[in-house]
Amino acid sequence: MTPVIQRIERIGQATTSGVQELGHAAMLFLESLFWVAFGRLHRQPVRLSAIIRQAMEIGITALPIILVMNGTIGMMLAIQGIYTLRTFGAEQQVVFGVAFSVVREFAPLITGILVAGRSGSSLAARLGTMKINQEIDALTVMGIDPTRFLVAPALIASLVMVPLMTFMAMGIAMLGAGFYVQIDLGMSLPAFFDESFRILRVNDLAHGLGKSGLFALEIVLVGVVNGASVTGGAEGVGRLTTRSVVQAISAIIVTDMIFAFILTR
Amino acid sequence: MSPISNQRASGSDPFSRPVEEVAVSVRDLVTHYGDRKILKDISLAVRAGEILVIMGGSGSGKTTLLNHLLGLLQPTSGSIRILGQDINAIAKRDLSRLRQKIGVAFQGGALFSSMTVGENIMLPLREHTDLAVSTMEIMARLKLEVVDLAGFENLMPAELSGGMIKRAAFARAIIMDPKILFCDEPSAGLDPVVAAAIDELILRLRDAMGMSVVVVTHELESAFKIADRICVLDRGTILAIDTVENIRRSDNERIQDLLNRRIERTELDPEEYLRRLTEGGT
Repeated sequence: MTPVIQRIERIGQATTSGVQELGHAAMLFLESLFWVAFGRLHRQPVRLSAIIRQAMEIGITALPIILVMNGTIGMMLAIQGIYTLRTFGAEQQVVFGVAFSVVREFAPLITGILVAGRSGSSLAARLGTMKINQEIDALTVMGIDPTRFLVAPALIASLVMVPLMTFMAMGIAMLGAGFYVQIDLGMSLPAFFDESFRILRVNDLAHGLGKSGLFALEIVLVGVVNGASVTGGAEGVGRLTTRSVVQAISAIIVTDMIFAFILTR
Repeated sequence: MSPISNQRASGSDPFSRPVEEVAVSVRDLVTHYGDRKILKDISLAVRAGEILVIMGGSGSGKTTLLNHLLGLLQPTSGSIRILGQDINAIAKRDLSRLRQKIGVAFQGGALFSSMTVGENIMLPLREHTDLAVSTMEIMARLKLEVVDLAGFENLMPAELSGGMIKRAAFARAIIMDPKILFCDEPSAGLDPVVAAAIDELILRLRDAMGMSVVVVTHELESAFKIADRICVLDRGTILAIDTVENIRRSDNERIQDLLNRRIERTELDPEEYLRRLTEGGT
């Protein structure tokens, strides 16, 4: 076989495998919705205790790092904004830049990336380890649907917690920016927030939170699809966990761009 | 003495028996991994209350066969009936109900590492019944007593030894009082004393609960000790299904190779050898 044909074959295989993974993710999403809606009818409800456990893991334990990072990003935006606007003598307008950037862009993006790196990878590693230890087979043969038991709770928890954390991240990023603006421009914190609330519309908030909901979906589905494809023991778990983080962050950034393209122009 | 005599075990065609006497029946099962045919026209039956040991060397297809019996793999063709129901043809909901009547003890235990031993054992009860937690706890302790692990319910699986993990897996497998118990390599990786204790446990469970047991193993000693009948698999085909004595006395060369741990020697075609070296493949 010539190298050209081999390369074409490899591209074909990668494309097929990518489409298969997308299909798998879509099926997992639909199955999860099915179990949330009809699980009780089938005497297999998605349990609240499992959702709360996942919410703790995805949300509560990640909150400190998310708040610290978003506070820092808010401050950084204020520093850069004032530096840029000073060229035009318009540094008082920094609130515009910070408020829109934080609420529409940075809070959802930074929160999404942190959750992908922290909880998405942990989900992929956990499922991968369960797969190689035959724990997923054990669930199946016990008549417990693995999607209902493992995926649906993580999906619901993520869809609730990521937007909630994004909302908190918006607040803390604005606070970080406000502190710096107070120091550099002498604008008081209440004045900074008054100005921000005057500028921002509900649409801006919905833009940021809506996006974070999509990111939540992507993080869980990418983690689950990768975790479920693990083969080859501990090395396979490591490889697929790394792949899961890279894919989730890439998906978040691409989605963010598409979202911005469609709703911002 | 075993509830099923050898005479009965080696009796007439199992497919002609009434459904209630046949726990598992496999007919003309064929399966492929890619282009490779792994199982070739496998037909067998497990009778109610008997212990059938599926034995064979590495790559014989015994684990693949077990995965088919558990409904974890879809065959290329053929049918598998568990308690009279074709597991590849019934609705998902019915399959889930059917699975509540079987128990599986996996090779590595497959205990959930995030749950205690007690929580692992109670899981099927929690998911399939409306029993009160206190009742489930009592039932879990009862099963732990049966497998000689009383008092270990609050430990995590990581805190157990290999033999204890296998016992805990048995306790979880029998929590729903199954009609069929499947065991994958129950004594693999254990020292001879612990392995013998696991064999005793399998016999005790069958005698106490009257269930059918399907054991996949390559441990000869264990197979001879617990089996009512042995099914010998080799390269995806069944060489024989018979009583322990008949298997021991078999004049089939491959069976004798397996029993006497003789390495199989095959004549190598020089052209085939050259092709393998230059083109790869098997």
